Amino acid sequence: MNAPPISRRPEVRRDDARAPSSTAAKMRVEHLDFFYGDTKVLHDITIDFPEKRVTALIGPSGCGKSTLLRALNRMNDTIPETRVEGRVFLDGEDIYAPRVDVVRLRQRVGMVFQKSNPFPKSVFDNVAYGLRINGLVRSRGELEARVEESLRQAALWDEVKDRLHESALMLSGGQQQRLCIARALAVRPEVLLMDEPASALDPIATQKIEELIYELKKAYTIIIVTHNMQQAARISDITGFLWMGRLIEVGPTVKIFTNPDEKMTEDYITGRFG
Amino acid sequence: MSVEMGAAREWKVTPASAFGRRVKECVPVGLLATATGIIVAMLAVILGNIFLNGVEWISWEFLTSPPREGMMAGGIYPAIFGTVFLVLLMTIAAVPIGVITAIYLNEYAPRVTAAQVKSRLARARGREWLIEFWRLWQVYLTGITRTAVATLAGVPSIVFGLFGLGFFVQFIGAGIDRVLYGGELVFGQPAIIWAALTLALLTLPVIIVATEEALRAVPQDLRDASLALGATRWQTISRVVLPQALPGIITGMILTISRGAGEVAPILFTGAAYFLPHLPTRLNDQFMHLGYHVFILSTQSPNVEKTRPILYATVLVLLVLTFSLNLVGVMIRMRMRKRWRRGR
Repeated sequence: MNAPPISRRPEVRRDDARAPSSTAAKMRVEHLDFFYGDTKVLHDITIDFPEKRVTALIGPSGCGKSTLLRALNRMNDTIPETRVEGRVFLDGEDIYAPRVDVVRLRQRVGMVFQKSNPFPKSVFDNVAYGLRINGLVRSRGELEARVEESLRQAALWDEVKDRLHESALMLSGGQQQRLCIARALAVRPEVLLMDEPASALDPIATQKIEELIYELKKAYTIIIVTHNMQQAARISDITGFLWMGRLIEVGPTVKIFTNPDEKMTEDYITGRFG
Repeated sequence: MSVEMGAAREWKVTPASAFGRRVKECVPVGLLATATGIIVAMLAVILGNIFLNGVEWISWEFLTSPPREGMMAGGIYPAIFGTVFLVLLMTIAAVPIGVITAIYLNEYAPRVTAAQVKSRLARARGREWLIEFWRLWQVYLTGITRTAVATLAGVPSIVFGLFGLGFFVQFIGAGIDRVLYGGELVFGQPAIIWAALTLALLTLPVIIVATEEALRAVPQDLRDASLALGATRWQTISRVVLPQALPGIITGMILTISRGAGEVAPILFTGAAYFLPHLPTRLNDQFMHLGYHVFILSTQSPNVEKTRPILYATVLVLLVLTFSLNLVGVMIRMRMRKRWRRGR
């Protein structure tokens, strides 16, 4: 991996005795506790997110799956009075170490939110935003090429190529969400976090997003939060089940949905609670 | 549920008591309508009175010439010019400070209480202790700033006038004279710059509150989207938050300007002149002002009857000036809103 390290002194962290033993995982969470004020909302979470796979996090509302997701690119930093204990590794680097550059971390770990949130700018400027602020392109031509590439990756290019300079707010809900995905892809992240990306969309738009995720996992490590279990079963390779801030079970999606080890997992996926 | 579906209900949709309920409903509606009516009527009387009495005196000559014959004839051009100049200086002084303060308060200030930071400070060690210690100071600083803004908004305007005289004219101005001009009287006297700065102080809370409101109206979603793309806090503010909040900020600016244009008390001792044969061209000139001119016309005139139409016309000009400023503000806002809907 040639990506720049997120920490300014990576060699120190890499030689750290606490570095994880397994290197197959793109991201790894170790004994993570998370607090809102004095309330503990995540309890001792340990989970691996393998490279170029889709990992789904499922569980009832309020179980902490979104909080866990947001802990992976430190978006929880923007919420006052939150505290993290434990470690989260990206390619073996602890992203909560003191010297980590959060800005660079978020370039490598992109995010798509539950509610599509395009900027009130043109379609083009939305996708170009991340490229411009990070100074990732040298010329207008390169910028245009990257924007087109990202929109194609998000399967949106054919629908918007004639109105790149119209407001993003003119697009439909499903198109807006795919625009947000294109915007996240434009900075070429390695990991893509998706927080219920299809929950506000109709079935056809949802299907498009799911097909897109299936395509994207060839190049990206995807971690998706969903409370739609069929969706998790359809698109993910690995599924983690959270309940009341605890990771009850994690394993290959096929196993979780056919023969889970835990009674609680089985009750949840068969719809007995939650 | 299904069994009962067809069964007749015990009550009907037009019960016997409906009339009484309707009467009761009339009471609050009537009160609201009366209160609104009183306000509209008062405004109509005030505006109508001023317009009817003032409009006949308005002429091109009135707007473009100075007063003559002890203010009993001539125009009010120097007062119009002075008011515009004053308000311009005030805006230049107040808007940057106000907007920057509001950005700090809404975007950078820590959103935690001192008690929360203190409890973390007690646990923290080393580098973390320093970070928490610095944050504690920010919490205090923010508290002081917020209190100051709220207090500033409640200070009577005449107090600002006296403060301006004591601080700007007699302390800063006289200080400048002593240091730079060897004691010669240049800035140590009432002047348009001191009046503008005094007004700026008075209007600062308006700008801060309006800007903060505009910033708060920008959805957190957009900030998150920007941060998640690897933007820094300042990039997020300057490229996403501020453009989105701009119409609100401009509204605050316009409100400030129209408030400042009408205030007389703060400029009474700090720079407004009874009559000046020339227009103010330097920062340490005195100036004539529409509001102050109204005061002069109504209290200092040798012949009240003769100056009355001039008085009304002056008030009308002041009102039109303020209203058209508000109108410009509203128009700028609408244009910007439209532009964003188109996404430029």
